[in-house]
Amino acid sequence: MTATLETHGANLLEVRGLTKIFGTLKACDGIDLTVGKGEIHALLGENGAGKSTLVKMLFGSLEPNAGEIRWNGEPVRIANPHAARKLGIGMVFQHFSLFDALTAAENIALSLDDETPIATIAAKAKALSYSYGLPLDPYSLVGDLSVGERQRIEIIRCLLQTPELIILDEPTSVLTPQEADKLFETLERLRAEGKSILYISHRLEEVKRMCDRATVLRHGKVVGHCDPRKETASSLARMMVGSEVLSVVRPPAEGAGKAATLLEIRNLTRKPATPFSIPLRNINLSVKAGEVIGIAGVAGNGQGEFFEAVSGEATQPDAVTVRIRDKDAGHLSITGRRMLGAAFVPEERLGHGAAPRMKLSENLLLSRYATDRKAFLGSFGLVQGSAIVKAAQRIIEAMDVRKSAPDPEAAALSGGNLQKFIIGRELDRQPAVMVVNQPTWGVDAGAAARIRQALIELARSGSAVLVISQDLDELFEISDSIAVMHNGELSKPLPIAEATLEKIGLLMGGAEPGHVEPVAEVA
Amino acid sequence: MRIELVKRPQQSALYSALSPFFALALTLIAGAIMFSLLGKNPLDALYYYFIDPLREMWSLHELAVKAAPLILIAVGLSVCFLSNNWNIGAEGQFIIGAMAGSILPVMYPDFQSWIVLPLMLIMSMVGGAAYAAIPALLKTRFNTNEILTSLMLVYVAQLFLDWMVRGPWRNPAGMNFPETRNFHEYAVLPEIWPDSGRAHWGFVFALVAALLVWFMLSKTLRGFEVKVLGQSPRAGRFAGFSASKMVFFAFIVSGALAGLAGISEVSGAIGQLRPTISPGYGFAAIIVAFLGRLNPLGIVAAGLVLALSYLGGEAAQISIGVSDKVVRAFQGMLLFFVLGCDTLIHYRIRLVRTALSKAEVSHGNA
Repeated sequence: MTATLETHGANLLEVRGLTKIFGTLKACDGIDLTVGKGEIHALLGENGAGKSTLVKMLFGSLEPNAGEIRWNGEPVRIANPHAARKLGIGMVFQHFSLFDALTAAENIALSLDDETPIATIAAKAKALSYSYGLPLDPYSLVGDLSVGERQRIEIIRCLLQTPELIILDEPTSVLTPQEADKLFETLERLRAEGKSILYISHRLEEVKRMCDRATVLRHGKVVGHCDPRKETASSLARMMVGSEVLSVVRPPAEGAGKAATLLEIRNLTRKPATPFSIPLRNINLSVKAGEVIGIAGVAGNGQGEFFEAVSGEATQPDAVTVRIRDKDAGHLSITGRRMLGAAFVPEERLGHGAAPRMKLSENLLLSRYATDRKAFLGSFGLVQGSAIVKAAQRIIEAMDVRKSAPDPEAAALSGGNLQKFIIGRELDRQPAVMVVNQPTWGVDAGAAARIRQALIELARSGSAVLVISQDLDELFEISDSIAVMHNGELSKPLPIAEATLEKIGLLMGGAEPGHVEPVAEVA
Repeated sequence: MRIELVKRPQQSALYSALSPFFALALTLIAGAIMFSLLGKNPLDALYYYFIDPLREMWSLHELAVKAAPLILIAVGLSVCFLSNNWNIGAEGQFIIGAMAGSILPVMYPDFQSWIVLPLMLIMSMVGGAAYAAIPALLKTRFNTNEILTSLMLVYVAQLFLDWMVRGPWRNPAGMNFPETRNFHEYAVLPEIWPDSGRAHWGFVFALVAALLVWFMLSKTLRGFEVKVLGQSPRAGRFAGFSASKMVFFAFIVSGALAGLAGISEVSGAIGQLRPTISPGYGFAAIIVAFLGRLNPLGIVAAGLVLALSYLGGEAAQISIGVSDKVVRAFQGMLLFFVLGCDTLIHYRIRLVRTALSKAEVSHGNA
């Protein structure tokens, strides 16, 4: 009850009518928000709802066009992140900003303004990390750490500045279930100490479990404040999306046993390309027409390297290592593999799947200039401007991509909308083989459901779909079988009927990939 | 206290477009200050520098003569810079192109036919491209920094030319002057309108090159490839474009155009090879490329502006007696202000007082 009293007694942060306008788009439109002392406040909303814009204004990375921010009752102007930190606002970003080649302590030292010796920082960081149950060796190289451990560095870095308000942007999206539980314990301890937390997430169960209050945003406006404990996951989702979220339907795969194998990987082994990448060890996998195969695994276990090898961004010395539609493709470049009917969606949207400063129509050309040469290019490689704009428009409509201009730059779209476009770009050509890495990473519930449904439909229409994801719920929703990647090795795929969270979780933790079946028999 | 550059959340499209004009204006102001420090009337000096050369027909021809190599080189450089290849060695490619193009008239003066000139043009482009391929090869093969290798090759080219015109290629009938023999009539690039002035076909080549490269960059898949690989190499790899082939493409295109500029200058404006054939066109073209926003059509305009600074320098030297080094100072200031304006559109300056950092949280009611 004390917590409730304090919530009503003193507001740490009060936001009134905060507005941010980009061009003609009101990314945030008169946002009101209060965060009390010692509360965990959830910020919910679809992608493009304005969550990121709002926290960027709170953290001083963006300047509001109108509105007021009050801190401890006093109006303040937060000109930059430095000013935010001075006030006592700390932020843990979704994307870490750490240097792989430096130690944890050195990374922390970089973000501190004063010139404290590294040894002092290391000692402080160590003490702090143990007292919050986030054990961290300050002298370990970041490159050697798991994603969960890297996140700890970010959190400790933030806590070292003794913030009153901690903003966490989708913190569990990269963690295993066990790591996430640890994080929740830490957050609850922080709350008990009277710190406030602004928690951004699209995982409604988490929000229900931990958060005292929630503010829901839609299209840049606040649609409601509520107590998430009194709501159901579906009522929260309804508030976010504005309508019922369609649950994904997965019709049974018919005659999967007899169907042709469209993608086959045989004894794929790859040496690490950089000091910080994972070697791939003897990976075998086949994906048949009509099925979706999921690859689970904690981030950084070789998924990125595997994707590069399958897509042809890195080619193989032996041509039979990768076979697409019964043709040896190991020697072929990504363009050659696309010409065989394969399509690829990488994990990073900006800078990998799309060129940030180019228009959507130009980004359409990026992956399809070779496969749709006749439609998009004239003689002498002349780009048919109107044809690509029209095709981009078709994809935008099919995938319900929301944007602020007719043909905006990729970087101007929110993450989820850009992802819908990138997936739509490949679906539009009905590929026989589709390989997707993290299809819905950081994408809101509505868009994610749409993307997942589209992948299932593609498979059922006769294509082979391979999905690499860290989101187990997603894999269980869409896959016909799930394999697990750990430390560059791939387990045998478990048919979805036999797969349980526990079995997959064990494999993700490194329980001998080669021996899946015996484990299944025992269980 | 220290100075920090803080990225602006949004860039103004208007200011981006106006940036070259701001840079020009700032250069003029700084130039006026420089002249008054030299004890000259700044208005007079600026008049002689920038207005006087435009008043007569022959002088406009001279403008075209100077602008031709600048535009040709800068158009090639725009392909390099857009694809994130930093070719700083156009001056060297210009010289080697000029030498390769001069092989026929210097070594085979008796071979006189209408075919000589086209062959010279082709050989100059091959020479310039081959010389530019060296840093490209080093970059793709050994991952060397192309800025350093291309720049160092400039000095190699300059000294090679110097040695050739003093030694093997010296004019046997030239009283030991360090020059080659004068090009015969079939080896001279004709003037466009001989009646009114000296402008030769090099200027036409420059305009055609600018149009072709503009078309390539803005309308074709190849241009798309240049921009994608320059802006986001990883997205380019995802698209299936080869980064190392692009390094060669960009260097070869810019080397060939620099080589063509070299032979146009030698056979059009000079008529023979000398120890020095360029007043730094290859370096000034870097300014032209950026002043023209890396857009070939913008480069045509920027090339004329820079050409004016050369002419103005000569004019000012004669009429008010300032040193010819003033030209370099002007060009340096122009590049400085162009880059400065561009930087300040993307970043703002923040002064950080290390001790008094509390002052940074300004209260809204204060």
